Amino acid sequence: MNGTRVARARSKSRSATAAPAEPSRRRAPSIVPRGTVAGNSLVAVVAIMTFLAGIAVGAVDIVRNAAAEWHADVLREVTIQVRPVAGRELDAEMGKAAAIARATRGVADVHAYSREEAARLLEPWLGAGVDLAGLPLPRLVIVRLADQGEPDLAGLRRALAEQVAGASLDDHRGWARRLATLSDVVATIGVGVLALVLLATVLSVSFATRGAVAANRAVVEVLHLVGAREAFIAGAFQRHFLMVGLKGAVLGGIAAALLFLLAGAAPDLVAVIPGGSDAALLLGRVMLDRSGYAAIAGVGLLVAIVTAIASRRTVAQTLRTID
Amino acid sequence: MVRFENVGLRYGTGPEVLKDLTFGIEPKSFQFLTGPSGAGKTSLLKLLFLSLRPSRGLINLFDHDASRLVPDEIAVFRRRIGIVFQDFRLLDHLTTFENVALPLRVLGRDAASYQAEVAEILQWVGLGERMDARPPVLSGGEKQRAAIARALIGLAALVLADEPTGSVDPSLARRLLRLFVELHRSGTAVVIATHDIALMDQYDARRLVLHDGRLFLDE
Repeated sequence: MNGTRVARARSKSRSATAAPAEPSRRRAPSIVPRGTVAGNSLVAVVAIMTFLAGIAVGAVDIVRNAAAEWHADVLREVTIQVRPVAGRELDAEMGKAAAIARATRGVADVHAYSREEAARLLEPWLGAGVDLAGLPLPRLVIVRLADQGEPDLAGLRRALAEQVAGASLDDHRGWARRLATLSDVVATIGVGVLALVLLATVLSVSFATRGAVAANRAVVEVLHLVGAREAFIAGAFQRHFLMVGLKGAVLGGIAAALLFLLAGAAPDLVAVIPGGSDAALLLGRVMLDRSGYAAIAGVGLLVAIVTAIASRRTVAQTLRTID
Repeated sequence: MVRFENVGLRYGTGPEVLKDLTFGIEPKSFQFLTGPSGAGKTSLLKLLFLSLRPSRGLINLFDHDASRLVPDEIAVFRRRIGIVFQDFRLLDHLTTFENVALPLRVLGRDAASYQAEVAEILQWVGLGERMDARPPVLSGGEKQRAAIARALIGLAALVLADEPTGSVDPSLARRLLRLFVELHRSGTAVVIATHDIALMDQYDARRLVLHDGRLFLDE
């Protein structure tokens, strides 16, 4: 109908001199202008937030993995301590304790520390060349447990109490419990940091979106002018901000992943950081496994989604003030 | 098509800028809306375009009570009204083609489906060679013609123009007026707000004269 009307009117118009050109356009461009100052600063904000969240998640992953490793190491070993008892020969008691341990189910290896080895253990505290012969020092039997099968620690404990004077069994459970607690605390702190970063992202995205919508007030007015519904306008802005969020999240996520890659590939760099060598001693190599990188990618996706949702809410609120 | 009954408008708690307006706009009619600067021409156009609500009175638009329309319904009604502003209101980051295609885009139409339509209307307003130019490099007359094309592309039954010749020279003003007259002859109702008496003298049409917030009809 419009075509006919225009064609009719056109036939009377002097300006219609040429046949309509055939424009070769494939896709309609974005209604919201790209590359504005507000848009670029939002990309930077989202990138920084994703980077910080990625570092937090990666650090939690490293500490948890290290704690799990210590935990496994600690539980694979128990220690028998034999204290000198008056009237008993310590070496004989040590031999008995080692023999009982070897005969226990689930034990892979037994190593009784000799007097010299015990002295070496004390060297860092007492110094070298101290004659320990006269001191009533307890001695240790290290019992390495087999990887498979449940060791009979209760039987070992009972047998030691009955047959070896001054012997006690330490299965390191207190230490393991502390490690589990440490690992939980680190994870909780990580989740807390992540929550704070996400909250800060929501707030900064909301402010930036409000600024961007205000800067694009003319666009909103023109869209109202041509009969666009609120959902259409909100959708146009949401698509724009989802792209902005994704761009920032990808940049921030890649930066965080690169940092961990670099730290893993060049441990000497970590040692240069104050406290870095201590951390490396405690945690092993600062290296993320696959799940760590997946967690960083997940955080990036989460930040992008949070950006899109926060901007949709803000756009809806801001549109109500513009007509 | 449009009926105003005892319509009054005030901004906030200020004095009434439009008082007791009672008039109608018939389908396929042509009228000038005139009056001195500050008489309320733009406010009346905004009432017609549903971007302002009257402080009192009744506006009936396309057989609907305008006061009962919710925002999404207003958006749908606006698709039947084309509006042209003196300051064009074109988006600088889009080409002329994309600006004119905007009313079809908001209908959810695919870019491929409206290319020929938009190209045709741009030819009609004489911008066939300027389709890929962006507004900042268009002349005032070209911008105005792009704005007119945008107002027409969506099958408007009523076209409102606010001082459409205000920023162009007299010969271009005559050409623009001719576009509106041709549009009217093809069946669209047209309201042109202007204080340019020379322009109005070029075409014999009904005049709605606003003075001191009141409307006088010069049939």
